Amino acid sequence: MSLSNKALQLDDEQRLLHFLTIDGLDRSILTEILDTAEGFTGVSERTIKKVPLCRGKVVANLFFENSTRTRTTFELAAKRLSADVLNLNISASATSKGETLLDTLRNLEAMHVDMFIVRHATSGAAHFIAQHADPGVGVINAGDGRHAHPTQAMLDMFTIRRHKGEFVGLRVAIVGDILHSRVARSQILALNTLGVSEVRVVAPQTLLPSDARSLGVHVYHDFDEGIRDVDVIIMLRLQKERMRGAMLPSEHEYFSLYGLTERRLALAKPDAIVMHPGPINRGVEMDSKVADGSKSVILQQVSYGIAIRMAIISMVIGTQNQRTQEVAV
Amino acid sequence: MSDNTTFMQADGVESLIDVMAGKIWTLINDKEIADPLMVGIRTGGVWLAERLHQELGLRDPLGTLDISFYRDDFTRIGMNPEVHPSDLPIPVDDRHIILVDDVLHTGRTIRAALNEIFDYGRPASITLATLVDRSGRELPIQPDVTGLHPSLDPDQHITLIGPEPLGLILGAKTNRTSRGDEQDRDA
Repeated sequence: MSLSNKALQLDDEQRLLHFLTIDGLDRSILTEILDTAEGFTGVSERTIKKVPLCRGKVVANLFFENSTRTRTTFELAAKRLSADVLNLNISASATSKGETLLDTLRNLEAMHVDMFIVRHATSGAAHFIAQHADPGVGVINAGDGRHAHPTQAMLDMFTIRRHKGEFVGLRVAIVGDILHSRVARSQILALNTLGVSEVRVVAPQTLLPSDARSLGVHVYHDFDEGIRDVDVIIMLRLQKERMRGAMLPSEHEYFSLYGLTERRLALAKPDAIVMHPGPINRGVEMDSKVADGSKSVILQQVSYGIAIRMAIISMVIGTQNQRTQEVAV
Repeated sequence: MSDNTTFMQADGVESLIDVMAGKIWTLINDKEIADPLMVGIRTGGVWLAERLHQELGLRDPLGTLDISFYRDDFTRIGMNPEVHPSDLPIPVDDRHIILVDDVLHTGRTIRAALNEIFDYGRPASITLATLVDRSGRELPIQPDVTGLHPSLDPDQHITLIGPEPLGLILGAKTNRTSRGDEQDRDA
């Protein structure tokens, strides 16, 4: 799996062709993404919030699943690179996958779209599109099923690096619904690749995947124990829409066991930061006082999401450009 | 990258910078510019601008530009893997800017830098100062102040090395077609 992920995502010179999963990418390419994003952070503060890098390119937001934040930040990122953006919200229930997905792809390619940003409820959908896309067309995974959400993980890494400087020596706790979270999977891979000292996951047994320990994490069921002396706390959204049956007793009970309160936050390091991929279920995953408190960097994550997505879009388009020219020669 | 020879050593470069500082001083006096804003282009232009900024005793902090997002060869060579943020700490609107780069060759870097500056605002004027003004121009861009006009063959490549000590080296032209190569900064 990881070899094919590498081969699909990188060209011979280790440049990004597609961005589908953290799996198969090494520390140097993740660092290059973070460094490139650093260059884009100032663009949002200028008179003209645009650079001409992707002028004349067409980026299609192909969202088979609802999203506000991710789609909007991808759209803004592409527009700040001067690309033209198509937003396509396609109801997943109306398509029968496979053939229909390919049909959609072929139709958009006929309109000379240069990049697909794909969100889909099925794991592997973005891979499928990348494998079938024409040379010169890049694909970015904006979340596929329970599998991966690599741009969210990278914006989280960017937020951590901006606050903590280095990854080495950090202790990070990811708290909540690990089982249903594509964000958590991508974060764990990214944190371990970037060399943090310890990744902890804190969750009830029912919200942990059975192979949790094989992901390279320390598992905690007790939140107070799991949060002790950590540098970074990443709270996950309780994915109520993905849950079936009695995985949780009640939201109230969940909050009492796994909700982040000021009392619990005091157990972490004094300079700890609190992150959340949004949208927050206030009073379920965390107390409003924490969400809006001085240690919360949740809104910065949204801003950094634009810079990270600008970096990934431009790196992929840059590599794909070169690929078409090599084909032309 | 191989077969580089020294073209000029540190003391030679430093004295060229002194001469440039004098010329800039005369020029801004002639133009009656009271308070110019100096902006260096990464990487060599910033080293040069730091020295000029100090010699001229300019009041406002030095700005730096990384023109990677404005390059005209992005579609050919992709993203520069070593991008840094541009940093213009003072608003450029209605300011007289002294733009500084190490080597003026094709003029494409300066074209990119001018475009980037205008995305920050509308300056009153821009004056161009380069250490080396070499042949090979592809755009109608000329320096206002320069240190040196060497006569070079088209396949020769002159580069400022630094930041400490500064020096000019001469080598065969490198095209940045792969990631291992030096970025072609003379554009």
